[in-house]
Amino acid sequence: MPSFVIPEKCDGCKALDKTACQHICPNDLMALNKELMKAFNREPEMCWECYNCVKICPTQAVEVRGYADFVPLGASVVPLRSSDSIMWTVKFRNGQVKRFKFPIRTTEEGKAVPDGGFKTGTDDLKSPLLFTEPESLGMPNVAKV
Amino acid sequence: MANFKTVEVTTDLLILGGGMAACGATVEAAYWAKKHGLKVVVVDKAAMDRSGAVAMGLSAINQYVGLKDGENTLKDYLNYVRNDLMGIAREDLVASIARHVDSSVHLFEKWGLPIWKDDAGKYVHEGRWQLMINGESYKVVVAEAAKNHLAQLKDKGELYERVFIVEPLMDGDRVAGAVGFSVREEKFYVFKAKAVLAAMGGAVHVFKPRSTGEGLGRAWYPPWNSGSSAYFTIRAGAEMTCQEVRFIPVRFKDGYGPVGAWFLLFKSRATNAMGENYMETRKPELEKWAPYGQVKPVPANLRNWLGMMDIMDGKGPIYMRTEEAIQKIAAAVVDEKERKKKLKELESEAWEDFLDMTISQAILWAGTNVQPEEKSSEIAASEPYFIGSHSGASGAWLSGPADLQTEATKKAGYSWGYGHMATVKGLFCAGDASGASSHKFSSGSHAEGRIAAKEAIRFIVENNSQPKVDGAAVSKMQEKILQPLETFQQNKAKSSDPNINPNYIKPKMFMFRLQKIMDEYAAGVSAQFCTNKLSLERALELIAYLKEDADKLAAEDLHELMRCWENVQRMWQAEAHVRTILFREETRWPGYYRRADFPVMKEDWKAFANCKWDPKADKWEMIKRPVVSII
Repeated sequence: MPSFVIPEKCDGCKALDKTACQHICPNDLMALNKELMKAFNREPEMCWECYNCVKICPTQAVEVRGYADFVPLGASVVPLRSSDSIMWTVKFRNGQVKRFKFPIRTTEEGKAVPDGGFKTGTDDLKSPLLFTEPESLGMPNVAKV
Repeated sequence: MANFKTVEVTTDLLILGGGMAACGATVEAAYWAKKHGLKVVVVDKAAMDRSGAVAMGLSAINQYVGLKDGENTLKDYLNYVRNDLMGIAREDLVASIARHVDSSVHLFEKWGLPIWKDDAGKYVHEGRWQLMINGESYKVVVAEAAKNHLAQLKDKGELYERVFIVEPLMDGDRVAGAVGFSVREEKFYVFKAKAVLAAMGGAVHVFKPRSTGEGLGRAWYPPWNSGSSAYFTIRAGAEMTCQEVRFIPVRFKDGYGPVGAWFLLFKSRATNAMGENYMETRKPELEKWAPYGQVKPVPANLRNWLGMMDIMDGKGPIYMRTEEAIQKIAAAVVDEKERKKKLKELESEAWEDFLDMTISQAILWAGTNVQPEEKSSEIAASEPYFIGSHSGASGAWLSGPADLQTEATKKAGYSWGYGHMATVKGLFCAGDASGASSHKFSSGSHAEGRIAAKEAIRFIVENNSQPKVDGAAVSKMQEKILQPLETFQQNKAKSSDPNINPNYIKPKMFMFRLQKIMDEYAAGVSAQFCTNKLSLERALELIAYLKEDADKLAAEDLHELMRCWENVQRMWQAEAHVRTILFREETRWPGYYRRADFPVMKEDWKAFANCKWDPKADKWEMIKRPVVSII
């Protein structure tokens, strides 16, 4: 059961038209039981353990239990993702705990500027130069073979 | 289905997919569409922030040529790719991507992707072409730039998420759009376009994976990549190339964690259970695969092959000697305090490598109490994948950019007007959808999406008419695509178990049947990646039954309807693969598959093995095309 939902933490994302985990799962695995208002992974054997449901859950109700057909029980890997970094807590089967923190982006969320500040050198559709080039190449023109 | 609403969307450019190539296509198309007053529609089966193969993140960018600082030349990259693929590469396409890829990487950095830098401000390389990144949000950042640019087109830029594309629409020999359905509401979509850019990824789960329980989903490449690109281009009648060039990565066993950082950055060795380094003990074998066996780095498939030989000789398991590598790096630091600091740094780098892109491997290490500085970890060859962007090569046969052609490539027929366009007019491809241009990875796929998008816009400007779409044909497609829902409703009363019914087959069992055929007859894991003519013919016989049974697929809901069509797509990818392995009567990539009846590499097969399905006659044609170098 790769990603699973802890019932007392999940609130079915309240009034939203779909839950956050349903919105994000790349494999369309997360579903909502409307009677219980609890989300669940409807096809755990197709789960890649990409953790996108875990990272996005507003109530931290989604966790991952390693694939039981090859991972011994007892370990957990839990992320806490903020707008510029991610903190991981890795708990070993033998109880040891490791913690890591890594940056995730250098710009403000939502603010990626499409041309990155690079000028486009030509508006000729027949030129091999793409938008933002040649400046984004850091060269006067595309390289030759 | 009575409740289904048909939604018609008319556009100039239609971009199919949402991964790196589609994001590249979107960010580029938005610029040129604005200039020319054109509309761009993007269709993703998932949510673009986290769709495609980079959904989880990545710990490295695998293609950066370093052209601006003279680190490498285009020729260096062409040599690397050609040798790794045992001579089989479209160098004009590889060069086309390589001359733009650095620009995509520079954009990623501006968009907010943290790329590691040294004290002098230079990118930190993992290997010659690879850069280290803090890539947890790689896809989020790249999608954001694409979406922000698309939004600048206002009502001429639309993104449809959770719409699954099935079939191409055709107007004679020109593509006219695509049809599919929403996986969230009962809507059937008809997209009409002047040009279509296919970037829907490669294919996973065509072969039976090593893990078949819960771990079924822990494929190395994501399980949602179901061969949508291959199916779409084949069904449009496009010529396909390198359908035999599958990819089998050697990764940390079961979790499929990346090995690149261990081999390239930490300089680790891999050994068999007896401690022998098969890259040394098996060296004489490499001579058989000359000239490619003798280049550095040794091609990926040959490295696989030497390890497989050890396994077949009973010398497994194979281990990555992580403890040895770490101790060696630490030992080079004399000061004890500094050494401790270095060890801490290495530990963090090693774990980030997994946490950024294969979190399962971190769980497996934690679940088995692995301390890499103390204990080796097993590595193994995975099951086969179809991924034209990595060290495989499957995809559509594309036209190379005109300015990269030589007299010889023109004679060989490598170019027909628009760069990165398939043999079908108006159908452009990028990323895993495009063939024979391996080693583009995430960054090169993005760059290829950009190149193809600009060319697609040029195509629209120069061929500015809306192709005709036959309404009756669309209705027939709609009926066929939604049929699995009908089939379920009509037959469900015949069994008390929704999954076991004499009148239909559910998509999961359909997939297992395909995987079993491919595994056993088409050189899968349990056949030790070996096959022959008769086995392949048997595979085709069994695929023919499966194809008939595809008409009896049943779906209880929209999610299962998507699974039905994903598996039909896998089946078509499988058939193209089997036919092409059968056609190429030699063994060229022994670490990907071997033909027991043709066990050696042959000079007359230094050629592309292409195939084409004729939609009118329902017949496959096999075509041999020359390999021509541009350097």
